[in-house]
Amino acid sequence: MNNSEKTRNPAYTPQDATSVRRFPLRELLLFGVLLVAILAVYAIMGAAYSTRMLVEAACYAILALGLTIQWGYAGQFNAGVMGFVALGGFCAMFFSVPVNDAFWGTALPGEFGRVLLYGAAAIVVIVGASKLDRLGVPKPLRTLIAVVLSLVLYLVVISQLREVTDAIESQAGFVGGLGLPPWIGWIVGGALAGGVGYFIGHICLGLRSDYLAIATLGIAEIIKAFLKNSDWLTRGTATVSPLPWPTPGPAELGFTLSRAIYLSFTAVIIAVIFFLLNRAYNAPWGRMIRAIRDNEVSAAAMGKDINKRRLEIFVLGCILMGLGGGILGTFNSLFDPQGYLPLNHTFLVLVMVILGGPGNNLGTIFGAVAVYIIWIMSEPLALFLMQLAVAFGEGAFGWDAPGNMDSRALQARVLVIGLLITMVLRFAPKGLLPENIKSHS
Amino acid sequence: MNELVFFINNVVISGSVSGSIYAIGAVGVTLIFSIMRFAHFAHADMMTFGAFMVLLLTTAFPAAGASLGVPTAVLMLPLAMLLTAALAVGIDKIFYKPLRAHGVKPIVLVIGSLGVTLILQGLIRLFSGTGGQSLYVDDRKEIFRLALPFEGARAPVVVTEPQIYLFVITIVAVVALHLFLNRSRLGKAMRAMSDNPELAQASGINTNTIVAVTWMIAGALAAIAGTLLSLDVTFKPDLSFFLLLPIFAAAIVGGVGHPYGAIAGGFVVGFAETLAVFNWNVLLRPFSDSLPAWLELPSNLAFVGTEYKIVVPFFILVAILVWRPTGLFKGKVI
Repeated sequence: MNNSEKTRNPAYTPQDATSVRRFPLRELLLFGVLLVAILAVYAIMGAAYSTRMLVEAACYAILALGLTIQWGYAGQFNAGVMGFVALGGFCAMFFSVPVNDAFWGTALPGEFGRVLLYGAAAIVVIVGASKLDRLGVPKPLRTLIAVVLSLVLYLVVISQLREVTDAIESQAGFVGGLGLPPWIGWIVGGALAGGVGYFIGHICLGLRSDYLAIATLGIAEIIKAFLKNSDWLTRGTATVSPLPWPTPGPAELGFTLSRAIYLSFTAVIIAVIFFLLNRAYNAPWGRMIRAIRDNEVSAAAMGKDINKRRLEIFVLGCILMGLGGGILGTFNSLFDPQGYLPLNHTFLVLVMVILGGPGNNLGTIFGAVAVYIIWIMSEPLALFLMQLAVAFGEGAFGWDAPGNMDSRALQARVLVIGLLITMVLRFAPKGLLPENIKSHS
Repeated sequence: MNELVFFINNVVISGSVSGSIYAIGAVGVTLIFSIMRFAHFAHADMMTFGAFMVLLLTTAFPAAGASLGVPTAVLMLPLAMLLTAALAVGIDKIFYKPLRAHGVKPIVLVIGSLGVTLILQGLIRLFSGTGGQSLYVDDRKEIFRLALPFEGARAPVVVTEPQIYLFVITIVAVVALHLFLNRSRLGKAMRAMSDNPELAQASGINTNTIVAVTWMIAGALAAIAGTLLSLDVTFKPDLSFFLLLPIFAAAIVGGVGHPYGAIAGGFVVGFAETLAVFNWNVLLRPFSDSLPAWLELPSNLAFVGTEYKIVVPFFILVAILVWRPTGLFKGKVI
């Protein structure tokens, strides 16, 4: 970053600093429009459908808050939101699904525990081998021993693991859950996502910011591949359902009321997160984070530990994503690893953040709800437009339309999201509700 | 001996195939990185676009290749390269140039390129549907079976026609790129700009020309890589997210901004992938009689299952970032 002056984001130049507290006309206007849109959806689509949409939008708002911390507060780009969401969803499933007696009642848990012990022992042996140079073994020899040992031990452990997981699949179906309340799963999901974030961040955050994007993109695909192919753990493509809710389910109260209760539950969580984030943003810690984002060199000169702060921010964002993914997974009441798509769970969240206003929590929540409504409504709209085009083509030119028009119309949404991202970056880099930069002159 | 033939078929040949494809892709990524200083995520979709252009042209003129004795798809490749190069320059003009003019951070360009990825993906899927299609529309895929002149080698070494084209075209592309970068004026200017943009500009190099030429080369190379991949298997519109990781891993392994390193990195990643999914039990089976009785080999000795192939480039990426972030060949950009 020798030329940080030149490459600084114009979104954050201090020229647009506002010192006076202004009337929040823009916020009121935008949220008013949003309210009208929500009421219109209620009037057209019915209460049950619309409440469901609002709950999902609220879950996305948590994901978007996670991303706005990373991108808006600290300028880190996470291209693998999907992976952290999937981890959260998996934990919600694993902790809340009833206990599977066909697994726990047999010798299989013991077998599985034995393999885990083997794995732990193998790791200890390899770590020991990598420290052999302290006993006077020459370094090249030590490296050779460590590499060969880790390859052999890895093969031993993985083939044992394959045997056990095959046995689990054939005898018990899958491991089953733990039968605990879902919120424990959400918390563990957040912690697990934070752990993965720590691993990635620890490796990439000291390097160029592009590397973080590449690595997160990769880890998201890996998490998805793991969840999809580990039939013994997640039933893979067979999917797990239903997942119990922490609130009374639709069977007891009907769709609308149960979803409304879930929505208020989610709203409370968002309010708590929002409050804490705003406190953090205005605290010295938040100022330090923004100082690092806006001018790394001078922040370092002030004695701030840049890499440590970056890691904090990144892990915090990942925790929120895992939490949001858990809440979303429980609400869907279905765990389907194939349902996690980069478009729905990474790029949609990205659009919410950059359109709403990166670094502005209120703007992010606005962006999440607004974009999610547009996203949900675009499906019938895209189909309608496509049918219109086909009818026009047939009438005017006798064009013979391909049969899979429906799936193609949905592909058009990929195009729209891509266009939105590039347009917003070019024409509204600060989003609809820009970050409110205070100056203390 | 049959085990050796199996090894050649499953590791040497398929490793070189994926290695060549990753290498050509990674060269494009690394060139863009060295001139424009950002990771171009839309590269895999430019590859898909190139292959799609070949598919369109081949469907339009299915019989064109038969008169010359080559598959139509190979004949259409230069045309598709031109189209993809034009696309790359156009994308730069429309999407990246305004962002650069604003002086944004490189990471904003990365996000922009992800937007471009989605646009390209949406367009390709809109026109091609989501299923896979073969690039051999009218031609037949020749399969060569070479029997080895050894006793006991009953199974032949199998090479398909597209794989031979792939090796030839890869070598031609690499040699052409080498000559261009080292002998031509433009190539030297490009290297100068990758070394030090300010100094290059001060010594009278037109940076706009260099940027355009870089995009043209990257686009043409992307078209080659995408077409060769689709020739070898089938054309699928949703390859990109699975290609991105190996390609970037290859570019980083070779040292970002280092074209020859990217070629080496491509082969490293390609061979690592095939070696990791190869079932080593096949090679150990002939010795199973001489092994001690307590050592019972399981039937599957692969490091990772085929479904976890994507873990391999990621592991390589993590390892290189931890131990040698500049890459094997000391790239310039960290």
